[in-house]
Amino acid sequence: MSNSFLEIIDLTKRFGDILALDRVNLKIEKSEIFSLLGSSGCGKSTLLRIIAGFEKPDQGKILLEGNDITNLPPYIRPLNIMFQNYALFPHLNVTNNIKFGLKEESFSKQEINNRVNEILNLLELNGLEERKVNEISGGQQQRVALARCLVKKPKLLLLDEPLAALDKQLRIQTQFELINLQNKLGITFIIVTHDQEEAISLSDRMAIMQNGEILQVGNPVEIYEKPKNTYIANFIGTANIFHILNKDNQIIIEELNYEIKNINNNKNFNKCLIRPEKINIKKIENQSDNSNVGIVKEVAYLGSYTKYLIEVNGIQFYSFMQNSLVSDNLQIKWDDKVEFKFNDSSIFWFND
Amino acid sequence: MIHQYFGLMIRYLKKQNFWFVFTPYFWLILFFFIPLALIFKISISVSEWGMPPYRDLFSLSEEGFKIDSTLSNYLFIFSDPFYIRSYLNSLSLAFTSTILCLVIGYPIAFYVAKSQANIRIILLVLLIIPFWTSFLLRVYAWKVLLQGSGIINSILIHLGFITEPISMLHNHYAVILGVVYTYLPFMILPLYGYLVKFDLNLIDAANDLGAKPVNTFLKVILPLSLPGIIAGSMLVFIPVVGEFVIPEMLGGSDKLYFGKIIWDEFFVNRDWPVASALAMSGIVILIFPIVIFQLMYAKYNFKNE
Amino acid sequence: MQNTILRMNKLFFKIFTLIIGFSFLYFPILTLIAYSFNDNKRVMVWKGFSFRWYKELFQNEQILEAFYTSVKIASLSATFATIMGVMIGFSLTRISKIPARPFFIFLSSSPLVMPEIILGLSLLLFFISSNHIIGFPSSKGQLTVLISHITFSVAFVAVIIQSRLSSYDKNIEEAAQDLGTIPNMIFWKITAPVILPSIISGWLLAFTLSLDDLVVASFTTGPGANTLPIVVFSKVRLGLSPEVNALSAIIMLIVVLAAISVYFINRSHIKK
Repeated sequence: MSNSFLEIIDLTKRFGDILALDRVNLKIEKSEIFSLLGSSGCGKSTLLRIIAGFEKPDQGKILLEGNDITNLPPYIRPLNIMFQNYALFPHLNVTNNIKFGLKEESFSKQEINNRVNEILNLLELNGLEERKVNEISGGQQQRVALARCLVKKPKLLLLDEPLAALDKQLRIQTQFELINLQNKLGITFIIVTHDQEEAISLSDRMAIMQNGEILQVGNPVEIYEKPKNTYIANFIGTANIFHILNKDNQIIIEELNYEIKNINNNKNFNKCLIRPEKINIKKIENQSDNSNVGIVKEVAYLGSYTKYLIEVNGIQFYSFMQNSLVSDNLQIKWDDKVEFKFNDSSIFWFND
Repeated sequence: MIHQYFGLMIRYLKKQNFWFVFTPYFWLILFFFIPLALIFKISISVSEWGMPPYRDLFSLSEEGFKIDSTLSNYLFIFSDPFYIRSYLNSLSLAFTSTILCLVIGYPIAFYVAKSQANIRIILLVLLIIPFWTSFLLRVYAWKVLLQGSGIINSILIHLGFITEPISMLHNHYAVILGVVYTYLPFMILPLYGYLVKFDLNLIDAANDLGAKPVNTFLKVILPLSLPGIIAGSMLVFIPVVGEFVIPEMLGGSDKLYFGKIIWDEFFVNRDWPVASALAMSGIVILIFPIVIFQLMYAKYNFKNE
Repeated sequence: MQNTILRMNKLFFKIFTLIIGFSFLYFPILTLIAYSFNDNKRVMVWKGFSFRWYKELFQNEQILEAFYTSVKIASLSATFATIMGVMIGFSLTRISKIPARPFFIFLSSSPLVMPEIILGLSLLLFFISSNHIIGFPSSKGQLTVLISHITFSVAFVAVIIQSRLSSYDKNIEEAAQDLGTIPNMIFWKITAPVILPSIISGWLLAFTLSLDDLVVASFTTGPGANTLPIVVFSKVRLGLSPEVNALSAIIMLIVVLAAISVYFINRSHIKK
């Protein structure tokens, strides 16, 4: 018997010649927020639709609390989905949209009203009960869509790009609301998103998908700091990736001609990642004997930090510097000569 | 108030290209509304032998200005069960055939709209072809089919259901069949228009919230296709009330219809005032269903999205 | 497994419905076409295959002349109705401050719900009266039929143009101005090409409406203006006519060819 809440085993799905999912295996624990992250066409939405029951997999199984739900039609599965465009019923008002799913089960009128009132309070939708769903704002529509699912007290809630239709301000606020809501209710969330920042800030754990395969599963910190390969490193945040040379007990970052000391590369990794915020730069006036010198090729001031593109030996990499001082002008400008520095322990090794 | 309105109107006319905006409306007033006013006028005029076969409504003679109007044409129509029955026959024909068109047309429209895109376009073209084919010829086709020596009788005899050809033409069932057949595309096309732009996520959402397919249909698909149902019903119901050709070609003497009565009253009896009164009553009778259709349409026409 | 059976059932029901539905639509027309090749004066008794009725059809002066009259009236009517329909479509959707807009909507859409028998009667009485009063039209004929057909077609074209214009993104006109198109040319360079498909379908609908009309034409026609439906109706009102079978087949062929070309035009349009 498996112990996981939701277990996806060897799931495969083809649409004609296209392999949408390729033997996907995944375990999701109870009460976690789990994100499926990937660019469009990676198979994440197909996976979600199969979990919801709208598509049948060609192979594989889905177990929910140990029960095989692979062949259950969507209207029997004890889980709900919130659609990207919300899919609110335009012919029903807010209350009747929320009641829709309850009426399909044999609840008493009393029970239905209690539950609806409870959810209206929880999501602060009071006062909108009689409104038509196309007369309320996007943020309100999103909460109605959420309420319509949550009122059914599902074991699992699937969210398809839950924040994509909201504007940026609202998106950040809603992110926190979603996390709070999930903490309060303890329902497992599976979120599909293409937005890496959203995935990092929302999830307990996440899976990166590409071409119908899961590349890596882990918590956001693991994925950011220790990506399995170049694709993931580049997909999440900005990445400086260099090659490693191992010769005569020396470990050298090839592009920078930089020797790493005090650390053993006993696994013979061939690549390394240094995130831009881990590289510090300092302006130098005249030629120094230090070899770690580069030229600033681009500067982008972003408020809380500044992005610099540094060129060394024809190779370019990024450095992000906190803007910790109040000043009218940046200290480092285009074509300045800079010395760069990083801690050897901020290097992550991998094979690719 | 009126003064202000005229001021607004005049300023508006100066600004816009007057003839561009108003030519079509002048045309419609001249050739649609004035003729309607004219038949109203004739309908309250007194019949007379001669040409035109009615007395002028207004006359200016030595005795002074005189209005010579009468309601007798209307009283005549509504005191004669013959006319009332023809109205009722037409309304019941329109009602029955609208329901039949809906029952037959809905599944077709539904499945065409839900087909794969490349098949759907072919099916749509197949739906439009009969719509474009001459109306008269499609009615005539049924006249051919339903003949005593026609193909349907031959098939039935061949299969042994009947031994003698039965008379299928010249009764009101043949009229209903002809009406349903010729007006079916008018029902299917608006229905298709609504069903094809239906957001499929709504069906998934209903399923996900626990609605079985039957309930999904009754609670989501059907209510959301109501505007299409109403539009289609209106396109069938209204013209069928005044239908002349189909009863004339396929019908018999068992039931007379409103369109045929007007035709005969005008061309056979040459009684213009009564024909006009019949037409005016027809308009009045049609106003109710039109208003009901309009109100229902306004009520159920949700903006999808 | 159960699901598969359920889905098979659904598929079967779908195909069954579509086959029954389309057979109902096509069976009568196809039978008519089949019998147009019957070498027998009695329409429904099969004697042998022949083109006899097609030959007779093409020698029938009355039908040929009526066909010519109908096509002439229909193309003129469709052209005028389309021009006015476009004007109505524009005035109702583009001029936001048109005073008393509901009144104009009422004016333009009323003909849609008027039974043709009442329309025909009222137009005939109008033409007689106006001939009485101002001497125009001097007699009933092609002109009166044309005016009548324009009158009921305008509303249908206006509906088509209106629905296209209301979903039309006005930004593209502003974009054109921004890119240097002078205001007077915007209609011809931007608006007209964009709504052209609707204009074409409006014209085709008006053409079909006119070509198909029997009742209004019967009221408003006069000497020398027998349209095709009037002639056909007089032939089949009381009996059957093998020549009309042949005519049906030809009309069917024209419609199918038109439908196929529209299908291909649409397809290339979609691809674009």
